[in-house]
Order: sequence, then C-alpha cells, then structure tokens
Amino acid sequence: MAKDKTSWRKPIKATKEMGRIMAEYFYELNDASKSRRRKIAWCTSVGPAEILRAMGFLVHFPENHGAMLGASRMATDMIPVANARGYSPDICSYLTADVGAYLKGVTPLSKAYPGIDEVPKPDVLVFNTNQCRDVQDWFAWYAKEFGVPIVGIHTHRGIVDVTEVHVPSIAGQMEALIPPLEEISGHKFDMQELKRVVGLSRKCSDLWQEVLFTAASVPSPLTFFDGTIHMGPAVVLRGTQQAIDYYELLLAELKERIANGVAAVEGERFRLYWEGMPVWGRLSAHAKLFSGLRANVLASTYCNSWIFKDFDPDDPFMSMAKAYTELFIVRADDAKEKYIEEMLEFFKVDGIIYHDAKTCPYNTNCRYGMPQRLEQKTGIPSLIINGDLNDLRMISDEQTQTNVEAFIEQLEERK
Amino acid sequence: MGDRAPAYIGVDVGSSRTKLAVFDAAKQLLGWHVRKSGTDFAATADACLQAGLQMAGRTAGDIVYTVSTGYGRKNVRFADETRTEIGCHAKGCYYYFPMAVSIIDIGGQDNKIIKIDDRGQRISFKMNRKCAAGTGAFLEEMSARLDIPLEDMDGLARKSTDMVKLGSFCTVFSGTEVLENIRRGKQVSDIVKGLFFSVIKRVMEMDSLTERVVMTGGVVANNRYLVQMAEESIGRKILVPEHPQLTGAIGAALYALEISET
Ligand code: SF4
Repeated sequence: MAKDKTSWRKPIKATKEMGRIMAEYFYELNDASKSRRRKIAWCTSVGPAEILRAMGFLVHFPENHGAMLGASRMATDMIPVANARGYSPDICSYLTADVGAYLKGVTPLSKAYPGIDEVPKPDVLVFNTNQCRDVQDWFAWYAKEFGVPIVGIHTHRGIVDVTEVHVPSIAGQMEALIPPLEEISGHKFDMQELKRVVGLSRKCSDLWQEVLFTAASVPSPLTFFDGTIHMGPAVVLRGTQQAIDYYELLLAELKERIANGVAAVEGERFRLYWEGMPVWGRLSAHAKLFSGLRANVLASTYCNSWIFKDFDPDDPFMSMAKAYTELFIVRADDAKEKYIEEMLEFFKVDGIIYHDAKTCPYNTNCRYGMPQRLEQKTGIPSLIINGDLNDLRMISDEQTQTNVEAFIEQLEERK
Repeated sequence: MGDRAPAYIGVDVGSSRTKLAVFDAAKQLLGWHVRKSGTDFAATADACLQAGLQMAGRTAGDIVYTVSTGYGRKNVRFADETRTEIGCHAKGCYYYFPMAVSIIDIGGQDNKIIKIDDRGQRISFKMNRKCAAGTGAFLEEMSARLDIPLEDMDGLARKSTDMVKLGSFCTVFSGTEVLENIRRGKQVSDIVKGLFFSVIKRVMEMDSLTERVVMTGGVVANNRYLVQMAEESIGRKILVPEHPQLTGAIGAALYALEISET
C-alpha cells in the first residue's frame, strides 16, 4: 500500500488560544485551592456543572485530570498504586490513574502549568451516574480522603426513549442538591443565575456541535484527534463566556478551511467514524497512523457527547435532566444504533473503528453484537481494536497497526 | 528486462518463521524457503531470498518486484512495498481456492479468521486478542512444559483415546491445568489432544464461519491432526492449500506480480 509516513494532520491555529483559556482555568482553580477564597466543587464530566457554577463554585473535573494522566502517559505508572489498594485493574483506568497519582503526590498539571503542584482541593463532590457507576466509587474515595460531603444524581441507565417517567425524577434529584450546596457554598440559590448559566452552556454546546459537524465537509477540515483536544472547553468551561468565545474562534478557522478546500488530512481517501474512547496515550500515534494511510477519522460518538441539545434556560431543571439523560452513554443499544446510523450518513463514512476499551465497558459498544448489526444494516464495514483509554499495558501497538492497515487495505479493495 | 526470466518475490516474516515464495509471470510458484525468523529479521529474509532464488533457478537480477508481509514486514531490506498478512493470506488462499471462503490461519503469534467473497475481496477479518492462547506459541510453550518435541505432538494427539478437557482461556492457567492432569496420571497423548482441542476452541470462538472453510499457517502445516479435529468440530470438510505455511508469502508474491503489472 502506498503509504506516506510524512503526512500529518494540519495544526489548528486556535489551539494557542485554547491553551491560554485552559491555563487561566487551571490557575484560577489552583489559586482558589491555596487561598480558600472560593469554594471548589468536583464534578463528573456530564454532571450538573451548571448548578455548581450558578452557585458560585469553581469546578474541577477529575475525568479531565484522568485524561491528562493518560495523554501524558503517566497513567500506566499510577494505576498499579490504586490496584494495590484494592481497586482492580479491570475497573475505570481514569479512577485508578487519578487515585494512584494522588497517592503518589503527582499530577500532570505541574508539568503543563508551572507552579501548580497538586489538584485543587474540593469542598464538595458531585456526581451523576448517567455515565457509569465508577464515578460514584471514585468520588466516594475522595470524600473520605478529604472529609468533604459527596452528593449525586442517580440516573436510569439503558434507556431506549427518554420519557416523562425518567425526566421529572432526575430533575427532582437535581433540585434536591440545592439545599446541601447552599450550605456548603454559603450562597443562596438564584434561579436567574442558573438560567443565565444554562443559557451559556446551551450556546457552548451549539457551537461545539457546529465545530464537530464541519467534519461533514469533503474533505473534512477536522479530525477526531483534534476533537479530543479541542473538546476541553466544552467539558470544563461550559456555562462560561470563555468557552463560547473560543468555539467562535475555532469555528471561524474551520469554516475558512472549508471555503478554501483545506483538508485536515491531506489527500483524504477514507472517512472513518470512531466509536469508543480515545487511547489517550496514543493520540498522536493514532493520528499519524491513520493520516499516513490517508484516512481521516473525522467523527465520533465520544466528542459528540458534549452536545446537549435540550438545555433550555427557561426551564433549567427539567431541560438539564433531559439533556443529561438523552446522552448516548445512558441509552440502550436500539437508541445508540439509530444514532450511529444517522452519524454515518451525515458524515459520509466509509468505515467504523470500535475501540474495545478494557476498563470502560460504558464507552465500549462492540461487546453485544452492535458492529455486526450495524454492518448488516448499513453495509459499512468495521474494525475492532483492543486497547484502553489510559492503561497502556492493555495495548499492542503492533496489533493495532496491522489491524488498521489491513482494514484500510480492505476499504481500498472495495473502492 | 531483455531475456531475463522475471521473478516476483513474496516474503512473510512471521514472529516464529520467515517464509519466502518466488513466482514467475505466469503465476507459477517456482521456489520457496522457510526458516526460523530468529532475532535478525533482515538477515533471515536475505537468507530466505538466496535459498528461494536458488530453488527457482533465478538470480537477484531477475527480481521485478518484492512485497513483504508479516510481523517483521518492515525489516525486509529488499522489499519494494509492504502489505499486511491479512491481505496476503486472503490473496494466497484465493490463488488455490477461487471461491467465497472463511480462512482460519493459525500462526506462531496470532490467529486470524478472514472472510473473502467469490471475487477474492475481503469482507471481514478478525485477529485474536492479546493472549497467545490457541496460537503456535501456546503449543510451543506446552511442548516445552511436557518435554515433548514439537514435531511429536501431532502423532501423540492421534493416539489419544480419552481426551483431557482443558477449560481455561489463558496460557498460564492452561499450563496449570496440564500439570494437574499429569498429577492425576492422565496419558500424555490425551493431554496433547486436549491442547489441540483448546487451540480449535479458541479459534472457533473468534468469529462465525461461512460454508467453505480453508485452514492455513505453519501450525496447520505441521499438525495436520488439527484440521481433522476442526472438521469434526464444524461437521464439514476443510480445504487446505498445498503449502499451508506459505500462504502469506504466496499472497505477497501475487501482490508483487499484480503491482508490477499496473
Ligand atoms: S465512563 Fe468509563 S472512563 Fe468514564 S468514568 Fe466511567 S468507567 Fe471511567
């Protein structure tokens, strides 16, 4: 196969600005943690961040920290520390890497942001089990460690259609968080402020969707690997103006690429969909592997997970409840398959890569026959790669490479 | 090229053995060679080339194009291009059996199931996951544990009258199961057949099979009883090419021929 190892995805100019706002975010948290001048809440990545912001908390997202441990390839050395404390190598490797790093007294933040030597200390831990059970166990460990309260939302899982039965119960749980959070924050809950924050989150989400959907252009101006980096603000800064400003900037750059016919992967021959989590410690290796084969992995369920179409500032609790339950990860395979099918068509996809992540069954969708069903229905072939989000002990680079090359050869034969 | 007799080379550098095939322009297999891959893949491939050319009655000057494949495909100094072993196995199989088939390849380090349609195009493929259970490496490990030469395993398995059942997924756990059976006084032939059967089981659970099935790979070449056991397991005949171990190298040589024709 004609392979050009020199080809590479095009760098995005806006990245510098993202670096700036992310640095601001982390330093603000660090200052608050040191001075104790502002309260800090830890929140799950698709948890009720809007409520926390509206109540004046600064918000830290342990999953974001977990991903940083993965991307910096520190995770594999941290995980065994948590394993030795009884947290199995088979459970969430964000959890084990994060707890392991805490126990070792290290953080990737120090390297990225000089002067920060630890994660910000929480005043409260807030989870939503919409994504998995692991987050609750993870936060519970820290609640004990720091001696701070833990509160959470218990979401229904495996839902086909989100209905009246589900939404009010989740909204009720969200409202029930208010009294304890008022006590911890020392702030009275202000409905107007929540509406404002939900409005900002909605705007951020709409822009993030626009950014991701630029990948439907042929050639695509964006790759999935770019998406995993640029989703930072949508995760940790949604509900703020900075996130909105940033995505406007990024969107303008991508639109300019489209107008000029600029491809993220030069000579794009194949368009692929990524189903599952990224392998954080192999982001650039995977980006190179695919772009070297002139294949662009350009869309994913994962990056799309921070699109919350239902946020409505006029009805914040019910709409947040709906948005955080409509998510892909919360749903049954019927709903998931319908969604992926739509995405395959929208992004004009030639093939699907499923990542079977050893330690995250929740973001792994190839274990119950989905690839076979979707392939039968759409005729679009797929490949499963075995790996993990953070634990590099679960990875064989050689196998991944051979599988990906063979898959591209297979697509070539079909053209 | 003048009056030179063109030669097309395919070389498959596997984790355990390196295989080389020499073809002419009429798609005839002229020569081949197999040797242990060892630790210096490049040198092994060079040595295979020498031997293969000699058998084919060709010289290095006759080579038109070379495609390398397999685990060490990028280490072959004289290759013009690389292809994955998945593609090469499919092509090599289709050369012998031009029809829609499922190919079961049992290699030194990994197993594959590749499905091709009646035009020889790949429909899907699966490689085994990380563990070596069910691969050639597994049988090698067990032959060392039982202190039986690898080449005696096939004959022993055929003598079995009461096969031992081994249940584990894992090579290490299977080893423990084997020890347990030795302790219980089981016949070695029954244990070896149990090992063979576990290889078959590991492969069969990788993917479903279509009507026609082909088996390839070095493990199959050296342990033909595996084919018989697989036939018993699926209840139908299995096709085996003339040189099961060379399938990948043959496919690579056919790619070399195809590429140089376009
Ligand atoms: S969804 Fe998966 S990766 Fe995310 S916190 Fe839960 S188990 Fe970990």
